[in-house]
Amino acid sequence: MTTEIIKVTTRLLEPLILTFGAYVIIHGHLTPGGGFQGGAVFASGLILLMVACERKVMAERFKKAPLGFLESIGALGFLGMASLGLMGYTFFKNVIANSGFPVFGSRTPIGINPGFLNTGGTLAYMNIFVGMKVLTGLTSIVLVFFILYRGEENE
Amino acid sequence: MRKALALFAFVGFAIILLAVSVSIRPFGKPTHTGMDSYFIEHAQKQVSANNVVTSIVFDYRGFDTLGEATVLFTAVAGAMMALRRRGVSR
Repeated sequence: MTTEIIKVTTRLLEPLILTFGAYVIIHGHLTPGGGFQGGAVFASGLILLMVACERKVMAERFKKAPLGFLESIGALGFLGMASLGLMGYTFFKNVIANSGFPVFGSRTPIGINPGFLNTGGTLAYMNIFVGMKVLTGLTSIVLVFFILYRGEENE
Repeated sequence: MRKALALFAFVGFAIILLAVSVSIRPFGKPTHTGMDSYFIEHAQKQVSANNVVTSIVFDYRGFDTLGEATVLFTAVAGAMMALRRRGVSR
């Protein structure tokens, strides 16, 4: 399953895939894509890493990765950002948008504009949390399948 | 019998789909434009996002995304539970 071709290709493509996934997540409120799509891209990069590594190296590297913890943080953070709207408004109200909050809170110009990263309000936070949740969820599903398959192969 | 049934189904579906494709509306001219125009005009002012799709998915229709995240969480939990390593028996 692990050949030299996969190893060399992974060595070249891995930084590009992870960078593109992080870009899609962080720029979710400006460009096409968002948390789900960027998380899937990032998870596909991690799965490529899983396929390319030897089993022992992979098990060592992913044993300490807090995948379940990060997924819970993502879900709770998404709910928390949604609950911020309860401060005087309704659930899912975007309270940070156009409010002058230093992070992701500056005012969006109306009309055609090149897109500024420091806008979006809770959308940007939700994109980051949902991206974290999706990437850890998909990675842990594939990791479970992978460990199961390799374990039966070795017996 | 089975071939006749398959031919009947094929002809029937072909006629229905052809009729639908002839009578479909032209591209870019939806029946109701009120909601689309509202989203496009108010997304930058209300939600402060250039990406109107993200503003709909995460703000106007946030409960849908919440349900989607719940589905993904349930899928991960189910896969983990069904495929966990049984440490006692091994």
